[in-house]
Amino acid sequence: MQATQSLERAEGGLRESRIPRRYRDFARQLRRSKGALIGLTLLLCMVFLAVFSPLIAPYDPIELNAQDYLQSPRSEHLFGTDQYGRDVFSRVIYGARISLVIGLISVGIALLVGVLVGLVAGYYGGLLDSTLMRLIDVMLAFPGILLALAIVSILGPSLVNLMIAVGISSIPTYARLTRGSVLATRGELYVEAARVTGVPNRLILGRHILPNVVAPVIVAATLGVGAAILWAAALSFLGLGSQPPEPEWGRMLSEGRQYLRSQWWIATFPGIAIMLTVLALNMLGDGLRDALDPRLRG
Amino acid sequence: MYAYIARRMLATVPVLFGVSLLVFMMLHLVPGDPVKIMLSEFQTNPEQIKTLRAQLHLDDPLPVQYGRFVWNALQGDLGYSIRLKQPVTGIIMDNLPATLELTVAGLLFSAIFGTTLGVLAAIKQHSWLDALSMGVALIGVAMPSFWLGLLLIFAFSLRFQIFPATGGGDLKHLVLPALTLGLSAAAIIARLTRSSMLEVMHNEYVTTARAKGLREFHVVVRHALRNALIPVITIFGLQFGQLLAGTVVIETVFGRPGIGRLIVDAILAKDFPVVQGVVLIVAVGYVIANLLVDMAYAVLDPRIRYG
Repeated sequence: MQATQSLERAEGGLRESRIPRRYRDFARQLRRSKGALIGLTLLLCMVFLAVFSPLIAPYDPIELNAQDYLQSPRSEHLFGTDQYGRDVFSRVIYGARISLVIGLISVGIALLVGVLVGLVAGYYGGLLDSTLMRLIDVMLAFPGILLALAIVSILGPSLVNLMIAVGISSIPTYARLTRGSVLATRGELYVEAARVTGVPNRLILGRHILPNVVAPVIVAATLGVGAAILWAAALSFLGLGSQPPEPEWGRMLSEGRQYLRSQWWIATFPGIAIMLTVLALNMLGDGLRDALDPRLRG
Repeated sequence: MYAYIARRMLATVPVLFGVSLLVFMMLHLVPGDPVKIMLSEFQTNPEQIKTLRAQLHLDDPLPVQYGRFVWNALQGDLGYSIRLKQPVTGIIMDNLPATLELTVAGLLFSAIFGTTLGVLAAIKQHSWLDALSMGVALIGVAMPSFWLGLLLIFAFSLRFQIFPATGGGDLKHLVLPALTLGLSAAAIIARLTRSSMLEVMHNEYVTTARAKGLREFHVVVRHALRNALIPVITIFGLQFGQLLAGTVVIETVFGRPGIGRLIVDAILAKDFPVVQGVVLIVAVGYVIANLLVDMAYAVLDPRIRYG
């Protein structure tokens, strides 16, 4: 009896130990953060809307309907209709799809390039490092949305170019962050040991250094998706991003502008949608940072 | 300290070189013939395209073109706008004051509102005031500025006619745009001030000040805030740039004149010389602003002058 118990305990210990302790701590921390949970729930709702938008949206988001234009919110049109008779509710739901895809792809581009640049610059150092970092400094000389604006002006306004522009202008964040983490771990004993025993650089980077970079990068990327969505919406609002009739939130806001006085719903619901999505990502990002990096806990 | 400042100034040289090179290359990175794209909205014949190519010296080797670009820019010549039929420098100079006015107003608002919110949250940590301040900060960052602008126009111009909705000019026209522009910066400053204040308030000199029997207001403002603001000041340069770039959206929402609206119109009209000019001016202005902030930082905090 006693033997089985201790065996069970040992098994339990084994099972637990398969998940490294830091991940368990992390999960516990995250669960304790109310903000992170609210953010995660909100975000999952948005993802749900985005994935299942054709099933949830009661109307076609693009089809014009001349009879039903500028209807105020009512049971058949929950968020009312716009000047072309399109159902605002359906457009907002399809908009979740566009905005989340924009956020993910832009940050994906930025991560791919930024993390690679940061790894290489931080690990190899020397001339390569200083050259790459000067390039990043030049990119950082264009504040805020300006670099994205410049890229859009070169490539021309479209949804794809918008993602490229926002993606490229977010590269410096990840490059610098990654480089910083690499510099912090490069001198560690286990990296030194790997190098001395003749492990190739590629393997050292991938197996020993990259895992240490992951945590801060995940936090930055979570917050980055929110920022990318905001930038993309702003550029689309200016007519430099998505083009009609795409149901993009920023674009919908700009179309609803002239009806602000009496048809408030056209511009209000896409605005709420943007805010909730970005809020969700920021709350989750804050929670992740607190859980992953106890030093930053305020 | 002079060594630090000299080094810091020297470090901006390669950045400015890179910025000028990138802005110069914009025209050459455009897929297709930039001249044809620029003239696409006009009725043109091959002769005119040839003339414009010659005017822009597009047939010279790239290094020569770049050299000319920098040389001209240093003398204040940023080219000629095809759409507005005026020199770019003049157009930017006409529009820059309004944008700077808006940026400075936005920065002032964010500094005052942000630090106040942050200090209140810190000295009443875990109270409803703390929760409210941080709630405002959280929403301030997540709210798209163009939507906030529209809401303010709806509330304060259309419903209650307190402030004008659009246009530029007097102070009344500045209130809503500055608020809209500054809110997200205020939110960032509030969060930073709060955490910086919390850190400082645990220091021994704050305890000493309290032990001396100083009034709490005195302790907070004289002893804690002055030290807590040091890290906050570093992000002012950053925020200045963010706000300057943010005017692109705000000026369009409020129909204000300025270089933000100028560049949006120029991008839509493929007026590349104007786009290049505005991008160059803003980037150079931002680099200089950051340089100034770093210098102020060195003056304020002796620990920085390690050089």
